[in-house]
Formats: sequence, C-alpha cells, structure tokens
Amino acid sequence: MSDIFEGLSAAFWLVVTLDPELLQISLRSLQVSLTALVIACAIALPFGTFLAIRRFRYRRLAISVLNALMGLPPVVVGLIVYILLSRSGPFGVLGLLFTPTAMVIAQVIIITPLIASITHQAMRELWAEYHDLLISLNTSAAQRIRTLIWDGRRNLLTAALAGFGRGIGEVGAIMIVGGNIDNATRVLTTAIALETGKGDFALALALGFVLIALAIGVNICIHWLSRTEREGRW
Amino acid sequence: MTTILPLRLEDVSVLRKGKRLLGPVSMTLSEGGLTIIVGPNGSGKTTLLKVMHGVERVSAGRVRWAVPDEQAQHHQSYVFQTPIMLRRSVADNLRYPLQLRKTPRDTVETCVADWASRIGLQDLLKLSATRLSGGEKQRLALARALIRRPEVLFLDEPCANLDGASTRDIERLLEEAQQAGTRIIMTTHDLGQAKRLATDAIFMLHGCIKEAAPAEAFFDAPQTSELQAFFRGDIIA
Repeated sequence: MSDIFEGLSAAFWLVVTLDPELLQISLRSLQVSLTALVIACAIALPFGTFLAIRRFRYRRLAISVLNALMGLPPVVVGLIVYILLSRSGPFGVLGLLFTPTAMVIAQVIIITPLIASITHQAMRELWAEYHDLLISLNTSAAQRIRTLIWDGRRNLLTAALAGFGRGIGEVGAIMIVGGNIDNATRVLTTAIALETGKGDFALALALGFVLIALAIGVNICIHWLSRTEREGRW
Repeated sequence: MTTILPLRLEDVSVLRKGKRLLGPVSMTLSEGGLTIIVGPNGSGKTTLLKVMHGVERVSAGRVRWAVPDEQAQHHQSYVFQTPIMLRRSVADNLRYPLQLRKTPRDTVETCVADWASRIGLQDLLKLSATRLSGGEKQRLALARALIRRPEVLFLDEPCANLDGASTRDIERLLEEAQQAGTRIIMTTHDLGQAKRLATDAIFMLHGCIKEAAPAEAFFDAPQTSELQAFFRGDIIA
C-alpha cells in the first residue's frame, strides 16, 4: 500500500516540477500514439464503413478475419515488424528500426483492426437506418461512406478512443521495435517496464499514474472538442 | 427540356424467396397529374412504387423511362412512410440533396431558407432533425425530396399516423408541387385523401393492378367487384 502512496506522491512531484525527462517521455508517448491513431483512423474508418455497406463475395470472411485480428498479440506484431525493418529484412534499407516511426508502424498494425471492427459494428446500424434514403438519392459509394462517417462520427469517436487506449497502453511491440532507447524511443509504458525491472516501484507507479492521467486527459479533450453529451437525448 | 416520362412497365414481376410480391404488371405513366395507388395491406403498392423508382430489383419484365436509367434517377425523389432523418440539423437535412449535386453554396442557402419557411420550420433550422415531431419530420422529408425539383415524386403513405393538421400541410405541399409540374405517384390507405388529391387512381390486389382509371370514374363508377368491395370497407382476402 505504501508503494501506491509513494507512487502517487512521486507522480505529483514529477508533474509539479515539470520533470524534463518525464515531459519528454510523455510527449513521445503522445506523439507516437496520436500519429498511429490518425493513420489507423484514416485506414480503418473508411474500411469499416465499406464493409458495412458493400456486399461482396468474401465479405463475411473479411469481417471474421478483421474481428480475429482485434486480438493480435502485440509481441508477435512487434516481432514481425522487427523482422521486416531489420537490416536483413525487406525494408531494412529504410533504417527505421529503433525509431519512433517503427513504433508508429507497430501501433498502426495493432489498433487498425480494432478501430475498423468497432466502426463496422456502428456503421452497420446506421446503414440499416439510412439505406433506403441513400439508395433513393442515388448516392455513390464514396458519398455513402462520407455521409455515414460524418453522421456516425460520435460512435466513431468511441472506436478511435478505444484504439488510442490500446495504443498508448501498449508495451510489447514498441519495446521490440523501439528498443526503449533513452532520449530516442523511450515512452511511458517502456519506461514503466524498465523501472519495474530495476525494482523502483515508486517511480514505475508514478509513471503509471501519469500515463493514466494522460489517457483520461486526451479522452476528455476529444469529447470536449467533439461536443458529445452536450444535448440531452431524453 | 428533356422529360424522363413516360415511364413504361412491361410485364414486371417481383419474386422473393419463391413468393410473388408483384406482377405481372404492365402500365404507362405519362406526364402531369397525381396518381394514387390504393389497395389492402400486402397488395404490392410499396413494391410497385419501389420498382418504378428503381430501388427494387425486378425478377422479370422491364422498367423503361424515356431517358437512360442513370439520367432518370437524377430527376426523381422518394418519400418513405416512416421519414428517414439524417442525424443532422434541419438545415443540413435540407442541404444534403443539393450538396450531393455540388450546387453552389449561395443557391443552397437560398433554397434552404425558402423551403424551411414553406414547411414552417424556419425557426428550427439548427435543431437536430431527429428531435422533430412526426408531422414536422414528414414535412421535412417532403421538402428534402422536393428541394431538388424532381420531375417525378414517389410517396409511400406520407400521411400515415399524422393528425389532420399535419395531413393538410402535406397535401398543400403536394398540390403546390403538382402545380409546379412535378408528377406525383403516391400510395395511401386514406380514401378521403385519395379523392381529394387524385387525378387518376390505381387499385392493387395480390400484387396485380385490378383497376386503373381517371379519378372521377375510379371513385364514382368502380368496374371490378373487388374495388367495389374495397370501397364498401369489406375485408378482401
């Protein structure tokens, strides 16, 4: 119990004194996860919506695979990205291994299926509601996807936040492809793992509390910006 | 101006899971007027309407407009029995069909203001359309259909579940649209409304057209025993 209080106290002082290392690690965590989120959303939102509105031969198989990919083990993703980006791998020439870019790539692979799957569920319901109208207005597939994404944006926010939550809390893959290098690829989760390994539980907990506060802060900001729950619906 | 009418249905049938929902139906829809389709539940009124609009696939026969289908689609609108509201404001619902056609912004705003005042929703433009009453939603759905100035307007029981005042508002809008040259085809269960609005009428039973005639002859001198029974209020099996 004393570890928790010590952790809380340490976290408080780290934040109050604007500890430069904490600031750097936190900003890197945000940078990597938000970049991955933006890229994943750009892929997953249209793809999930497309799956909801379009009938094609292997659609059910595609949905099953997508749902299965939600449970991708991050360590395996990290390993595969590592092999692809390592010097002997097909993309080794790009020199991306142990850089924040490699961490972004790993996170995109992990969170895209999650966002796409939640998007598909949300858009399927909205499509059932809009189907007759949009068909009757003779809309193109692109117009339908745009309309559904815009009108379902509040549901999609949940998908994006779930993706962000998974991304910022992820440690296995980014540890492998980032290497947890000080001043280069260290983020909050890898720093927590490191401090725990060193036995400095108070600092590890402090970083953990900062991570939780960061995740809550981003959620609140996004909700505030997207004006959810402002109008009573009952 | 090129017109998309007449619309010709040639031996059109719709089968779903082995069940015949419509047909065979053959008919021609010429320019001008307001056609009312009446008939008991399950007689194929909505299916016929959807077939004409092109959103229901036919199992046999042909549906032919005077112009290619793609072109014809742009000149028709459809109002559903249960109005489908986009989860947007009233103004954005009105803007939507015009934005799809990339109408210039100032024209869009002029049209939106004009139609909002015509349907009495000018003070509710910023309100979410999903929060309107049933009558307001149906007026908005009708305005959204008419804002594109369609040549042909299909309506599937637009006044079902509406009170007298809302029904009168809808009928006023339909009369204005008809006077502006829109060809209207509408299903209804309300025979009083059918008599008030129709220039010609169609009676459907078991997926087929049993009788079609100009309104006066249709209502005053029905030819088939089924239509006579329908007017008497008998239950038609």
